[in-house]
Amino acid sequence: MAEIKIDRELDLKGEVCPFTFVKSKLIIEQMEPGQVLKVILDYKPSVENVPKSMREEGQEVLEVKQTGENLWEVLIRKVK
Amino acid sequence: MSFQFTEEQIKRYSRHIILPEVGGKGQQKLLQSKVLVIGAGGLGSPSLYYLAAAGVGTIGIVDFDVVDFSNLQRQILHNTERVGKPKVESAKMTLEALNPDVKVIAYNERIHKDNVMDIIKDYDVVLDGSDNFPTRFLVNDACYFLGKPLVSAAILRFEGQLTTFDYRDKENSPCYRCLFPEPPPPGLVPSCQEAGLLGVVGGIMGTLQANEALKLILEIGEPLVGKLLVFDALTTEFNIVKLRKDKKCPLCGEKPVIKELIEYDQACDIHF
Repeated sequence: MAEIKIDRELDLKGEVCPFTFVKSKLIIEQMEPGQVLKVILDYKPSVENVPKSMREEGQEVLEVKQTGENLWEVLIRKVK
Repeated sequence: MSFQFTEEQIKRYSRHIILPEVGGKGQQKLLQSKVLVIGAGGLGSPSLYYLAAAGVGTIGIVDFDVVDFSNLQRQILHNTERVGKPKVESAKMTLEALNPDVKVIAYNERIHKDNVMDIIKDYDVVLDGSDNFPTRFLVNDACYFLGKPLVSAAILRFEGQLTTFDYRDKENSPCYRCLFPEPPPPGLVPSCQEAGLLGVVGGIMGTLQANEALKLILEIGEPLVGKLLVFDALTTEFNIVKLRKDKKCPLCGEKPVIKELIEYDQACDIHF
């Protein structure tokens, strides 16, 4: 599988809901359609909530993966 | 589109930012917007409170009155300690304590023919929360001449009314004079001093005025243009009456006769 090109990265370790989504959204709003944002999370409920809210806003969630004991990465492609 | 919010702003406005219709972009618009509120009384109190909470960046307040005990039944910006202080000063203190992002400009003066254009000209939206006809007509005519949207509300006893005149689109929006061509003769319509008012009616109608202002700034939803909302607190009913543009309107009709500001006499010493 081809490597996905990451355009922006946002480290949200220590952040909880709803601010994980709020901060991700503020970055996505300022990106161009087609660009990809990588969000790093260590708050488990956000691992479900951030992708869910992003999809509701019409963005594409490319990948959600656990990268450590309490660490996740979410890749979001800006659609609109 | 680029914007930079502080940590505090991200928290303060998070419930706005989450909304797809607002987002960071909408919040930025609010912070850059300028709203003028005529009267820091029963209607102005709730509208100003919500506009400041929403992060409207510049808020102008016009009122020449001082806080009186009789205001406190409904004018929630003020409090007992502020009795005797100018209302605009009291309002500014309350709003700045709520949200330091807001720049509050206080006009501690009566609005008249010679200052109304100057006061209104720099604002994006005007809210009329005055309780006397000379002010209402003057503010309406000035907004019309300047092409500013005007959100007008009125309250008496258990009833409230609300409508938006969008003078950015004069061709399609009715105006206040389509509804009331001239002020009624003094004494015909009682003021709330004479007739009384359930305080919460101001809270409801003023809050709806703020809602109209936010929608206009955010360019979302449908403004209440060409419609008059009538609220009855006793039955808890809202009714909408259609407002039509009057071809014979002295201000916005086919042959307008009003081409400059008119100052009507104050019937008595009226307090907001």
